Amino acid sequence: MHAQQQFDVIVVGAGPAGSSAALVLARAGLRVALIERGEYPGAKNVSGAVFYAPGLLAELLPTFWDEAPFERYITRRVLTFLGKESAFSLDFRTRHFAIPPYNGVTVLRPKFDRWLASKAAEAGALLITSTVVDDLLYEGERVIGVQCRRDDGALYAPVVIAADGANSFLAKKAGLQREFSAEEMSLGVKEVLRLGARTIEERFNLTGDEGMASEYVGEATGSVKGGAFLYTNRDTLSLGIIVQIASLAQQRVRPYELLDRFKQHPAVAPLVRDGVTLEYSAHMIPEGGWQLVPRLVRAGLLVAGDAAALVFAAGIFLEGMNFAVASGLAAAETVLEAHRHGDFSTTTLTGYQKRLEQSFVLQDLQRFRLTPAFVNNERLQNLYPELLCQAAEQVFRSEGRPRKKLGSTILTALRSKVSLWTLLRDGWQAGRALFF
Amino acid sequence: MQQIASEPVVTQPIEERLELVRFKVDKRPHIRVNTEACRGCDLTPCVYVCPAGLFEILGGEMHFSYEHCLECGTCYVACERKAIEWDYPRGGWGVSFRAS
Repeated sequence: MHAQQQFDVIVVGAGPAGSSAALVLARAGLRVALIERGEYPGAKNVSGAVFYAPGLLAELLPTFWDEAPFERYITRRVLTFLGKESAFSLDFRTRHFAIPPYNGVTVLRPKFDRWLASKAAEAGALLITSTVVDDLLYEGERVIGVQCRRDDGALYAPVVIAADGANSFLAKKAGLQREFSAEEMSLGVKEVLRLGARTIEERFNLTGDEGMASEYVGEATGSVKGGAFLYTNRDTLSLGIIVQIASLAQQRVRPYELLDRFKQHPAVAPLVRDGVTLEYSAHMIPEGGWQLVPRLVRAGLLVAGDAAALVFAAGIFLEGMNFAVASGLAAAETVLEAHRHGDFSTTTLTGYQKRLEQSFVLQDLQRFRLTPAFVNNERLQNLYPELLCQAAEQVFRSEGRPRKKLGSTILTALRSKVSLWTLLRDGWQAGRALFF
Repeated sequence: MQQIASEPVVTQPIEERLELVRFKVDKRPHIRVNTEACRGCDLTPCVYVCPAGLFEILGGEMHFSYEHCLECGTCYVACERKAIEWDYPRGGWGVSFRAS
C-alpha cells in the first residue's frame, strides 16, 4: 500500500454534507480525501434551491457572508393553492429574515458546492474530482476504505463517510439502505430562467438582495402527486416541479410536460414571461421521510445527507441542504471522537446517530413523520386546492344580487364535492401531520 | 386570464431542452436494459418518468439511449420488472450542470 493511498478519513461526495464534514475534519488536522464523481463539485447536483439555516455554515466560516456565492436571502414566502384557472395564495414577508444569519438563501448548486468544497480543500482536504467510488473495502465486518473506478483505485482509511447522494449506492452496498420504492422517492425537474435582476425585483416586489420562495400545490402538477416551486436568484428564476415517481408512472405523464403546464398556468405565466431558459436539470429526492432513513452507521462507515435520506419534505417545509450540512458536521465530530479513541466500531460511531437525534435533523423528521403521507392525500392534491379557489371566487363574486353570509357561501362551495365528514377527517389529519 | 387558460399547453420538445445541458458522452453506456424483460410490460413507467425521454417502445420493442441521461436514477426506481441496470458514468463523464 502506498502512503499516499492511506488517509485518516475518506469522504465520498463533495456536496453540502461531504464538504462540510471534510472541512471540519481537515481543520482538525486529519488527512482527508474528499472524492467527487463530477468534473467539479456541484456538477451532478440539483436543488430548488433554498439553503435554509445558512448560519450552520456561517458559524464555521467567518467570511461566509462576504464570500459564499448565494443569490438572494429569502424575505418572502408564498404558498399557493392552484385551481384550474384560479390561484389562492398565502403570502408572508418579513424584514426579520433580512438580517444575517439569514433564515434562508437561494443558491445555484454548481457554484455553491464548488465554493464549499474549495473551503474544505483550503483547510487541507485532498479534493479528488472526476472519480467514481464503486464500492467499499472491508476487513471482516469493518469498512477500511473505498474502491475507486480507476487503475490502482483502492484508497484506505479507518473510517469512511458516505455522502454520495440520493441514489445511496454505498449505503445499499453496505447493507444499511434497502432498495427504494417508487412511492417514497420523488423526481424534481427544474429550469433556470434568466430575467435580469431588475425585472425580478419589480415583478416579485423585492428590494436589493431580498428574495422569494414560492411553492404551489394542486393544479401545479395536474393529477400527479407533488408540487411546484419558484425561487428567485439574483438574475434568474429557479422553477420546477417535484412529483412522486409512482404517481407519475400511474398517470403516464412526462415530467417536462407537467413543467410546461405549470409555466403556462394563468397564475404563473405572467411571472415567467420573457424568461430565457438557461438550463434544464433533474434529480431524484428521497422524500419518504422518517421511514426512509436507513441505519446510519456500521463499523468504519457513516452515511450523511441525501444518501441517508435526510430530506425534510413536509408540506410547507422543503429542506435538504441544511439537513445535509448538519449531518455532515455531526459525522465529522463523531469521526474526530473515534480518532481520539482509536476506535471505529459500530458502538463508537453510533455517537453520530445520537448527535442527530439531539439535533433538528432527526427530531424534525420524526416529529413530522406523518406529513409526507398526508401531503400525498388524494383530496389534498387534487380536490381541495380547486375547492378553495371556488370558495374564494364565490366570496369575491359580485353579481348585483343579495349576498349570503360567508360561512354559508364557503360551506356550499366545499360541500358540493366533499362530505362534511371527510372534510373533518382530513382536517384532523392535517392537524396530526402539522399542527399538534 | 381565462383566455390564457383555455389555450392548449405548448410542450417544448425534450430535445430542445437537452441542448441546453452540457454532456460529455462516454463511449461506455452506464444504463443497461434487459429488453427481454420489457416484453409484455404494459405500464412502461420508464417511458413516462424519464426526465430526458430516453426510453421508448417502437414496434413492441424497448429502445433506449444513455447519452443524454441526467443521472437521476428515476428509471430504475420506477421499473417494476427490475430490468434496468443503472450505474454512474465514469468519473468526470456524463452530465455537468452549470447554471442550476
